[in-house]
Amino acid sequence: MNWFQDWALTLSIFLPAVGMVIILLIPRAKENAIKLVALLTSLVTLGVGIGILADFDYSNTGVMQFRVNDSWIDLIQARYHLGVDGISLPMLILSMLVTVLCIVYSWNHFPEPHNPKGLLALILLLEVGMNGTFLAEDLILFFVFFEIVLLPMFFMIGVWGGPNREYASIKFFLFTLFGSALMLLGFLALFFLAGTFQIPALTAKAGIDIAHNTQNLIFLGLFLGFAIKVPMFPFHTWLPDAHTEAPTVGSVLLAAVLLKLGAYGFIRIALPTLPHAAETWAPWIGLLAVVGIIYGALCCLAQTDMKRLIAFSSVSHMGFVMLGIATLTAFGINAAIFGMVAHGLITGMLFFVAGSVQHNYGTRELSRLGGLLTSAPKMGWILGFCVMASLGLPGLAGFWGEFPAVLSAYQPAPGLDVTTFRIFMVVAAVGTVLAAGYLLWMYQRVAFGTPKPEFAEAHIHDVSKIEWLAWSPMLIGIVVFGIYPEAIFGITNGAVMKLYGG
Amino acid sequence: MNPGWDFHALAPLIVIVITIVVVLFADFFFEYRGRFRTSQFATFGVLAAMVPVVTLAVDGGTRVMFGGAIVVDPYALTMQGFFLVATYITLLISVDYIGDGDYYQGEFYVLMLTSLLGMLVMTTARDMISIFVALETISIPTFVLAGWRKHDRKSNEASIKYYLIGVISSALMLYGMSLVFGLTGSTLLSEISTKVASIDEPLLIVAVFLTLVGFAFKVSAVPFHFWAPDTYEGAPTPVTAYLSVASKAGGFVALLTIVYFGFFDAPDTWQPVIWVLAAASMLLGNLAALRQTNIVRMLAYSSIAQGGFLLVPFAVAADGGAAKASFEAVIIYLLIYGAMNLGAFAVVITLARRTKSAEIESYAGLGSYAPWLALLMSAFMFSLAGVPPFAGWFAKFVMFRSVLEAGTPAATVLGVIAAVSSVIAFFYYARVAREMWFHSVREGADASPVQMPIALTFAMGVCGVIVLAVGVYPQAFAFLGDFAAGG
Repeated sequence: MNWFQDWALTLSIFLPAVGMVIILLIPRAKENAIKLVALLTSLVTLGVGIGILADFDYSNTGVMQFRVNDSWIDLIQARYHLGVDGISLPMLILSMLVTVLCIVYSWNHFPEPHNPKGLLALILLLEVGMNGTFLAEDLILFFVFFEIVLLPMFFMIGVWGGPNREYASIKFFLFTLFGSALMLLGFLALFFLAGTFQIPALTAKAGIDIAHNTQNLIFLGLFLGFAIKVPMFPFHTWLPDAHTEAPTVGSVLLAAVLLKLGAYGFIRIALPTLPHAAETWAPWIGLLAVVGIIYGALCCLAQTDMKRLIAFSSVSHMGFVMLGIATLTAFGINAAIFGMVAHGLITGMLFFVAGSVQHNYGTRELSRLGGLLTSAPKMGWILGFCVMASLGLPGLAGFWGEFPAVLSAYQPAPGLDVTTFRIFMVVAAVGTVLAAGYLLWMYQRVAFGTPKPEFAEAHIHDVSKIEWLAWSPMLIGIVVFGIYPEAIFGITNGAVMKLYGG
Repeated sequence: MNPGWDFHALAPLIVIVITIVVVLFADFFFEYRGRFRTSQFATFGVLAAMVPVVTLAVDGGTRVMFGGAIVVDPYALTMQGFFLVATYITLLISVDYIGDGDYYQGEFYVLMLTSLLGMLVMTTARDMISIFVALETISIPTFVLAGWRKHDRKSNEASIKYYLIGVISSALMLYGMSLVFGLTGSTLLSEISTKVASIDEPLLIVAVFLTLVGFAFKVSAVPFHFWAPDTYEGAPTPVTAYLSVASKAGGFVALLTIVYFGFFDAPDTWQPVIWVLAAASMLLGNLAALRQTNIVRMLAYSSIAQGGFLLVPFAVAADGGAAKASFEAVIIYLLIYGAMNLGAFAVVITLARRTKSAEIESYAGLGSYAPWLALLMSAFMFSLAGVPPFAGWFAKFVMFRSVLEAGTPAATVLGVIAAVSSVIAFFYYARVAREMWFHSVREGADASPVQMPIALTFAMGVCGVIVLAVGVYPQAFAFLGDFAAGG
């Protein structure tokens, strides 16, 4: 399997690009051929992912495996350096899986103006950026992949989005671009002070020869780049617009994978390379995280649009992830990674269901919906299941993302103020109650009661075969990881301990 | 052999001179209908001139001639290669435009080649007089080219404005150079550079300032930019492409030469001036571009703003250890900028043949009836905006790299201004993409497939491939920057 060891990561990044090129070369009228190529490409890519899972050395999750390290841009000493460890592996598989499911879902759900060729090509290009970001071990390579993600999402929102799509798409782009410009300055400053762009080397140096004030400034640049992407309060305002306007698959990819890029950046780059600055900033990150939890939750209670509500719930949930990260403990980071996977599956599912509700009813206005359980019982139950998972019901995946994250704030890393973090913990715990409130409230309004008079005669399709196909892997994942969280903790823990074990 | 003459080193110039003569005379002998062939002679000559450039590069080393006034080194060769390729692409995008318009074909190519000759000399000039002569050889033909549509009042306006500004800036520059000569006693840059550091005269500041202002006009840096939008809009579009890429690069090469080989050791005289020019060009160019509805005017302001980004490395060149990084940054930025801007103009010309309009609104729905063209245009726009995976990101990157390598507070402030400006810039570049993809075809607009002449298609293809390939594998151009900076 030497061959596979050398090529697996390159394949998992560039196979989707090959598929995209093939799609661009097929005439637009041959829709079935286009769909087939897209599906096959994403499946083969997932196959490579499964190969990596099978060939991965689980006794050494802290070690970068399948490493590729070739020259790329000699002039600036940036290298084509890839690797996968216990932190990136779950994210990589999540990204590959969600891409497949989105392509399956869109099989007969192409939003106006239709054009499967364009949409599928963009999804594959998006996968290039997502997989690449999770695998990059070089700051410049990371930056390029982090940015590649922007264009397809920009077009996805702008072309296939809702009525306010132009505003939402440009807002999404400008926010992220602003953050990443500062992030790039931070990367360059790191390079000039530490002498390399290689993440492992930077982690090993841990900013030892950089003055503390300089570290803090650099961290600020990285922080803005990543925090906007997460998004953390108060940089979250692009998210509700982008989610509300994006087509269903766009929302799913955004929630399930794109938001994780920012948090991943914190775990992989910002904290390990600048540990001293991280210690200085951690209380502020924690503060913004809990403000985000509460603020997002309160905003949810004021929403009238189902998708917008789920979008704000993302702000709240990513707050838990960020709280876990802010503790700088292995326990908190493990929880954060679990939270990312769980949030990806659960919120991704919620957006799928919201998309199908809109497909059926033609609206997402909560005041006009109702009685989903009577008109489309299966979809109603699925929504209920996801709501329960999202509010953190023990036994489902959401619980293991939320509960340990809150708990980790009880004992933050040495050097951080314990009282502050315990206050955060209490506030975050209140947030879980609010989460139960808004989620149940939404569920009640969408699913309970009888359908509103305007939809009384309408024929509401229940879950179709394609939807079952697209949804069941995520539903199964929610249950499996809920019952057996060790499946993820077992992979992440070794790698997290290596970076944050003290 | 005469000791002063190295024919191998001069071969690119000789090939172009021969081409100019051939094209000029060929024009007399062709029937009216056959005159398009003059363009074939011109393109052939430009490609032929690439051969000695390559052989010289393989040969390596530095060849000094005429007492140091002319030097052929890796830097000169890199830029000669750039000018030849840029002119070749400009010729490709001119052929159909000039052919359609019933213009004087032979003369057009002669003038363009003459300007090219000036550029090739410029890359090798290491003496203030040869720099000046080269700069005038670049400029004078372009004054005429800008007024090529002689029955069009806008084209006349473009030409007159450009001419007046060109003359004024030359006068200022010449005055500045004469002061430099008075202070240092030499026109040779190598001698000037040994003396500037020790001259403690306020007059030196004036001398350098005037010289720089002359160049600032040529590269249309704010506040000496006001001629550019009108000239760009009025001139024939291929000429505009030429002005905004090759001719502008000529100004930058002159600036690079004079700053690095002449004034480098007296940074206090030129760094603050260029700092202000860079900051003003980035901010004003980008903000003004936001308001444009005509794509050529937008590209004019965009090129002013890009000029600002290009000036950034100059403004920090003497700080810290940034000298080499800045030099490389300017070279790499010019190479990438050339490809993406020429590509954008090629698309504009292709579409203008059909719509007869340069309004950005006329691009509505292009993605639905000409997807490949829209795809290419999007690539060029996002590349100009600096979004990966297109080459523009690397241009911006090396610019930021020089800023951080310098590391001074002034450099950092300039870096932040550059970062903010590039976010602003995204807005208007994206506007073209939004028009093409997000909007549907306007009422009454023709939505049949666009006719794609071979030469234009080839030009767009070359630019598109460069923009994507260099974006994914920047080392392809980075090594040229390294080579030009002397390894």
